[in-house]
Amino acid sequence: MNHDKELDARGLNCPLPILRTKKSLSELGSGQILKISATDPGSVKDMQAFAKQTGNELLSTAENDDEFVFLMRKG
Amino acid sequence: METKRMAIIATKGTLDWAYPPFILASTAAALGYEVQMFFTFYGLQLLKKDLSGLKVSPLGNPGMPMKMPFGPKWFKGVNWNIPNAVQALVPGYENLATSLMKQTIANNGVASIPELRELCVEAEVKMIGCQMTVELFGFDHREFMDGIEYGGAATFFEFAGETDICLFI
Repeated sequence: MNHDKELDARGLNCPLPILRTKKSLSELGSGQILKISATDPGSVKDMQAFAKQTGNELLSTAENDDEFVFLMRKG
Repeated sequence: METKRMAIIATKGTLDWAYPPFILASTAAALGYEVQMFFTFYGLQLLKKDLSGLKVSPLGNPGMPMKMPFGPKWFKGVNWNIPNAVQALVPGYENLATSLMKQTIANNGVASIPELRELCVEAEVKMIGCQMTVELFGFDHREFMDGIEYGGAATFFEFAGETDICLFI
């Protein structure tokens, strides 16, 4: 799936991936998609919780090797 | 949707205990909460302009693992069980433990306290210093960061009484 912006949050730990995601989303318009790469295993649950509470939509979560890739659509 | 609100009382002034209030405040702000933090007693250390004085002490803290942030994997996994009596007698033990902890924090991609506090400021988290403690400990307002307010218990309740989450840390 295409995305409008990419965030590299690899190597960062809680709560930085969420804080950077929030910042990156603020630079997007409604409906645009952010791709986030992270290595923090806690971010899988945190991204779901973040999306649920902020009205953004978590489109997908993928894991390859020790890396997680999220696609989030700005609400 | 009505804006949620969170209040935190930060009462601890060590490097380790600086994390919970700033992590929760910055995350709550990212989730859209309006956040206010009230710093009292040792918590006032977290408002100092210069945060380099924050330390961690393993002395009398059996919950704290003492592991080395460098070397091969097996070495990093060793928990150094150093008796309290030795910790108390060795000069600079606290400084050593603090620099090891800072290295561990950096190795794990965990933000530093100045960084987390700056993120809170950027997210417009309101910070209030306890005026009574400022006087009690003989502090000067010039030692603290700019842009904070000072007040007492009643000031805290004005906001805390209208919150969804209220924490004492």
